[in-house]
Amino acid sequence: MARYGMVIDTKRCVGCADCVVACKTENNVPDGYCRDWIVEDVRGNYPELHMEIRSERCNHCENAPCVRCCPTGASYTDEDYGVVLVDHDLCTGCKACIASCPYDARYVHPEGYVDKCTFCMHRVREGLQPACVEVCPTKCMHFGDLDDPHSEVSKLIRSRPNHALIPEAGTKPKIYYLL
Amino acid sequence: MQELTITSGRHMHHIDPHLTIWGWEIPVYLFLGGLVAGILFFSAVYFLRGKSDEMRTTVRVAPLFVPFLLATGLFALFLDLEYKIHLFRFYTVIRLQSPMSWGSWTLGIIFPLSTLWALMHAESVFPNWRYPYKWMEQAMNFVKKYAKILAWLLIYYAAILGIYTGILLSAFNARPIWNTAILGPLFLVSGFSTALAFNMILSKTKEERHKLGKIDLMAIGTELFLIIHMFMGFLASTEIHVEAAQLFLGGPYTAPFWIFVVGVGLLIPALIEVLDGMHKVKSTLVPAFLVLFGGLMLRFIIVDAGQFSSWIF
Ligand code: SF4
Ligand code: SF4
Repeated sequence: MARYGMVIDTKRCVGCADCVVACKTENNVPDGYCRDWIVEDVRGNYPELHMEIRSERCNHCENAPCVRCCPTGASYTDEDYGVVLVDHDLCTGCKACIASCPYDARYVHPEGYVDKCTFCMHRVREGLQPACVEVCPTKCMHFGDLDDPHSEVSKLIRSRPNHALIPEAGTKPKIYYLL
Repeated sequence: MQELTITSGRHMHHIDPHLTIWGWEIPVYLFLGGLVAGILFFSAVYFLRGKSDEMRTTVRVAPLFVPFLLATGLFALFLDLEYKIHLFRFYTVIRLQSPMSWGSWTLGIIFPLSTLWALMHAESVFPNWRYPYKWMEQAMNFVKKYAKILAWLLIYYAAILGIYTGILLSAFNARPIWNTAILGPLFLVSGFSTALAFNMILSKTKEERHKLGKIDLMAIGTELFLIIHMFMGFLASTEIHVEAAQLFLGGPYTAPFWIFVVGVGLLIPALIEVLDGMHKVKSTLVPAFLVLFGGLMLRFIIVDAGQFSSWIF
């Protein structure tokens, strides 16, 4: 099994939200919901401030609580790409997975099933990049196999300081933010 | 100073600014689950101890309500499902890592078992009870022959059901206020306490009510101990858990929790029951109703607070 993940360069991201719009268009995300979003994180004491702009989404965690708690197996980790997906046909809309996600990355689709970022698997399987990665005007997002030491994502993680989100929640997130 | 500003995209229904995915249905379901677990547990225990006549309400009458209470709880759960026609999916797979899967299978087993248990006792509660078909009578005779085994099964499954109502929530690491192993035993004991109160309301004899009141006092004491223990655990834990505890120690849940759950639902009924035991106040059903109210409030407040507490702050 490959282990697909993302690396996002916070030094390049300008928070234009093109990725958000691209995702909504590509995946027909209903009004009032989103699969990715922009966070502007400001820390420090004025005037010594550090600002990080992040494009966030489901982290496709390796130790995914949403997969573990799902009573029907609707939430599962894809065997070929190591991506966390929801089988709409199996989903009861019990919302356990929503409660279990420390990143609040899931929502109930108006049709009743739970939905979230899929890393655009329908595109990836065709050899394309996820829509958000493709559209980013600053080219700050990178997508690839974290298990392949020669992949762009692996090289970036090795060469630049980075962090993942809420690692202390123990979910082993697979999106890395370059500092 | 830290400032976190969400600039675009995140205004999701029932997710932002904090979860509101579970409304009244889940607390009602958890309350009824705990109540049913308690009713079945005490019924089976006193049955095995040969006290079916002495504790008639506990052993024979209260279980008659169980199928209806369970059906109501399950209906509430059904109403909560967003994809209702997929309800059957719960029963197409057993997922050992999922507390909800455990719960649905436990309910799937306890429902028929408790219905048989209720039917068995209906015969002695209603002397004119007759089955429309012979095979039903034969089936019930078979059940009666193995009543002891059924009682043991009910004790076992009632304990699982009672603990499950807490574990369902405590398994969510993502919601710090739920993420404590105390929630299982707390909901179990609270469920037992509400069942004792329910039996007290139904009971016709002073002796039985008195006995139930005494056990309830122990249950209330245990609950208070577990609540203190739960907060001590939070305060000795990580920053995120300390913050979660603060929701109840000065934060928005402080007044409802300490007034309605601890005060009205535990301390006042305990005090009345103690005074009643000392013959200082007239024996009434007030403490029983307060315990039921407190049990329901506990579920409502914990379910709500859990959705309010998160890792993202
Ligand atoms: S980010 Fe949330 S939804 Fe995505 S895999 Fe992790 S726990 Fe599951
Ligand atoms: S809402 Fe659907 S995907 Fe989520 S835990 Fe329930 S059945 Fe699984």
